[in-house]
Amino acid sequence: MAGDALLEVERLTMRFGGLTAVDDLSFTARRGEITALIGPNGAGKTTVFNCITGFYKPTVGRITMHHDNGERFLLERLPDFQIPRTAKVARTFQNIRLFGGMTVLENLMVAQHNPLMRASGYTFGGVLGIGGYRHAEREAVELAKYWLEQTGLLARADDAAGDLPYGDQRRLEIARAMCTGPRLLCLDEPAAGLNPRESDELNRLLLFIRKERGVGILLIEHDMSVVMGISDHIVVLDYGAKIADAAPEEIRNDPKVIAAYLGVEDEEVEEVEHEIEETAAAVSGEEGSQ
Amino acid sequence: MSAHPLLAVSEVETFYGRIQALRGVSLDVHQGEIVTLIGANGAGKSTLMMTICGSPQARSGRVLYDGQDITTFPTHQIMHMGIAQSPEGRRIFGRMTVMENLMIGASVADQKFFDEDLERAFALFPRLKDRRDQRGGTLSGGEQQMLAIARALMARPRLLLLDEPSLGLAPLVVKQIFGAIGELNRADGLTVFLVEQNAYHALKLAHRGYVMVNGQITMSGTGTELLARDEIRAAYLEGGAH
Amino acid sequence: MASMALKRSPRSILIDLAVTSFLALAIFGVMVGLRTETVPGGLELQPQWMSALLLVAAAVGGRAILLLTVWNRPEGAPSLIPAAVREGAGSAISRVGKVFGPALLVFALLLPFLPFTDRYILDLSILVLTYVMLGWGLNIVVGLAGLLDLGYVAFYAVGAYSYALLALHFGWSFWLCLPVAGILAAFWGIILGFPVLRLRGDYLAIVTLAFGEIIRVVLLNWYWFTGGPDGLSGIPRPSFFGIEFSRGEGGFADAFGLEYSSLHRIIFLYFLILALALLTNYVTMRLRRLPIGRAWEALREDEIACRSLGLNTTSVKLTAFATGAMFGGFAGAFFATRQGFISPESFTFIESALILAIVVLGGMGSQIGVVIASVALIGGFEVFREAEDYRMLIFGLAMVLIMIWRPRGLIATRAPSIFLREKKAVSGSLVAQGEGH
Repeated sequence: MAGDALLEVERLTMRFGGLTAVDDLSFTARRGEITALIGPNGAGKTTVFNCITGFYKPTVGRITMHHDNGERFLLERLPDFQIPRTAKVARTFQNIRLFGGMTVLENLMVAQHNPLMRASGYTFGGVLGIGGYRHAEREAVELAKYWLEQTGLLARADDAAGDLPYGDQRRLEIARAMCTGPRLLCLDEPAAGLNPRESDELNRLLLFIRKERGVGILLIEHDMSVVMGISDHIVVLDYGAKIADAAPEEIRNDPKVIAAYLGVEDEEVEEVEHEIEETAAAVSGEEGSQ
Repeated sequence: MSAHPLLAVSEVETFYGRIQALRGVSLDVHQGEIVTLIGANGAGKSTLMMTICGSPQARSGRVLYDGQDITTFPTHQIMHMGIAQSPEGRRIFGRMTVMENLMIGASVADQKFFDEDLERAFALFPRLKDRRDQRGGTLSGGEQQMLAIARALMARPRLLLLDEPSLGLAPLVVKQIFGAIGELNRADGLTVFLVEQNAYHALKLAHRGYVMVNGQITMSGTGTELLARDEIRAAYLEGGAH
Repeated sequence: MASMALKRSPRSILIDLAVTSFLALAIFGVMVGLRTETVPGGLELQPQWMSALLLVAAAVGGRAILLLTVWNRPEGAPSLIPAAVREGAGSAISRVGKVFGPALLVFALLLPFLPFTDRYILDLSILVLTYVMLGWGLNIVVGLAGLLDLGYVAFYAVGAYSYALLALHFGWSFWLCLPVAGILAAFWGIILGFPVLRLRGDYLAIVTLAFGEIIRVVLLNWYWFTGGPDGLSGIPRPSFFGIEFSRGEGGFADAFGLEYSSLHRIIFLYFLILALALLTNYVTMRLRRLPIGRAWEALREDEIACRSLGLNTTSVKLTAFATGAMFGGFAGAFFATRQGFISPESFTFIESALILAIVVLGGMGSQIGVVIASVALIGGFEVFREAEDYRMLIFGLAMVLIMIWRPRGLIATRAPSIFLREKKAVSGSLVAQGEGH
């Protein structure tokens, strides 16, 4: 059911030597919702992601993933590769990590490694050509095609991933994560390097994933048009600790968040908007008089 | 303003293997100006920035810096002529500390200004001061971006090239950085050429801007002029002005 | 056009030549100009300034010519090598690969029956095919999984000793020993795999190198078991499924009504190694299209991304080591039966280096590239056998030149393992090299 807890982070603390990157953090991401994790640079957002997805083992704390059928997974106890495999948590990376020398389609096939591996009889059946591998492969290609269509990359399926422009690479990474069949999708700055139009497309894609697939999304992002536009709920970190946890409207006006992260710029924006309108009027006036 | 532009790019064509990335690009950056280049991903903005630095070199056309033809100069020589760059993908030295990164940045500059420049860099990015003895690779993504910009500034450049300085930075820091670039320009007369996705902020800051589509310059004008044009608003600003 | 102007000023050329002459004088002056002669009462220096000066003049002259011509070409001017040759060579080779591969196979099948084929050519072909097989085996580890293995010869040795010991002590036949040798080598592949699981880059290369040496040193010192430096001799020669290649009653020639010829055994060995090599190739090509093969390549591209997609990188690495080692073991068993005698001397580091050179020269991950590189390297060694002293020098130079010309090997493009509409080769510059390169 939407609204049920999907991921529960409880009292998470991560220390590197003397440095406390995450300090006693608790929050909940819900099923079918988009939860944003924001905060100043170096606040520990990516570290939280790395703890959730098993790349770091937290110093203290518990991270629980709840599935629809009531199954629970304690992520801090699972080996990293089991987190996408059994707990169904997929992620993307801040500095895109695609398999650059492999084609777009191959990237999506690698994402379906585990079911395909079973279908190929752990390679033995596949080498000998027995078992249902061909059928499973066809199905995997269909799933890949589905996500390529959703991300607008179908025409580029046979091109090397490293050849795609930046914006396409970002979307391909999301498509690849979706091919693992996740229940929670963790996106680390998916809009970084995208222009506003591309960010807008990203918003639509994420809303589609949430609505059609019922997948919960956890998002680190600095682009406020994305964060404020699509999040159901925002968690703000500063120096590894939570300073706010609320709906976008509240966060936007929270003085602590403004001071630590957003900054005041409304007045200035208005001022510039005004200036632009004046220039626009002048330009059109000139054109009209010519 | 001096007679000839500080940086003049004329009819530059650059190729990656057989693929043409720049199709006859011409633009000028005058002494004391902030000029921005905007355009979609894959338009060739970063390629132009790298071509100015001589890697890859232009197959035809010319890059003039301070009147001198630097088209075929090796990159290290160009960097000794007063051009500094904060490149795409940050490219910080991951296994060296923040201080060491900054020292390497300063190695082409006059060492007597080192303390002063360091202070300026730390004033601009207080986070880096906190992390001065930490290895570059352990910084967060946004902090690495700060380090890349600070390292470029440590070279005391006459011309600063910035490739997407706002990438991965918190809104407050983006504001600070753009403010600081404006300040360096006004106070020290630093000339800046920057490539940005964040077209709104970039055009607001810049004196002039160019728009690149598919390896060609399609439009140019002052920052406010470009911001006011419908096609710019539709292509690069729609979807939120933050 | 200004950009077409010559790149170098006369002044920079003069400075360059001055530096060249100084360096040349420093080198040749000492090495050639001063010659030591044994005279009664000790050594005496005999200056040979003329020869030294001639060499210096040659170096300066040669450099001057290069500076004024090739190295002075403006950027953007057409290169001396036509663009089609520069950029197209790799893709051309892979394009003709479709015809080239089958043609090569037909040639390989017919080779023993061609009129010019004699014992020497057959022996050489067997040697080349052995290296093709080893190259293909190592290609799985280095080319596909991107794990730089400098001790591959260890598995070759394990295979050879497994066959030799099993055949000598228990009288097992070759066909029974072959899978056992492969399994034992794969087992040692896993043993090696465990300690290097967490290693990256140079450390991985160093540990695999050490592993290769450990195996060799153990073979050398475990006297009662392996015969130590004396090696193992009298290893049974292969039989044609039970029929010996012997003269007279019950031999191969007798059974098939042929006239006895010592070539029969050689021809059989030739087809044996050809079949083993083709098996290696077939299985590798098949594995590349299976999830395990894609996982190997994904591991080479980005290990962290692999883990984020639920790939158990431990088992991915171990299967790569084990599969590569297994084929090394097969080749080892073949080597033992062909030679009839093995000793640790056949399994030195230089063998590992040679196999690795074949993989790198061929283009990492390319199957046909390995064939071309094996023929070129092993065949080349034979051609230059006369010039014994200079052979290594010539080969070193040739390798350096080829790597400058094609830094990613002869076949630099990668063929995708699956496609939707059109199979497009992936440019080598996008393909990662993995750990340890």
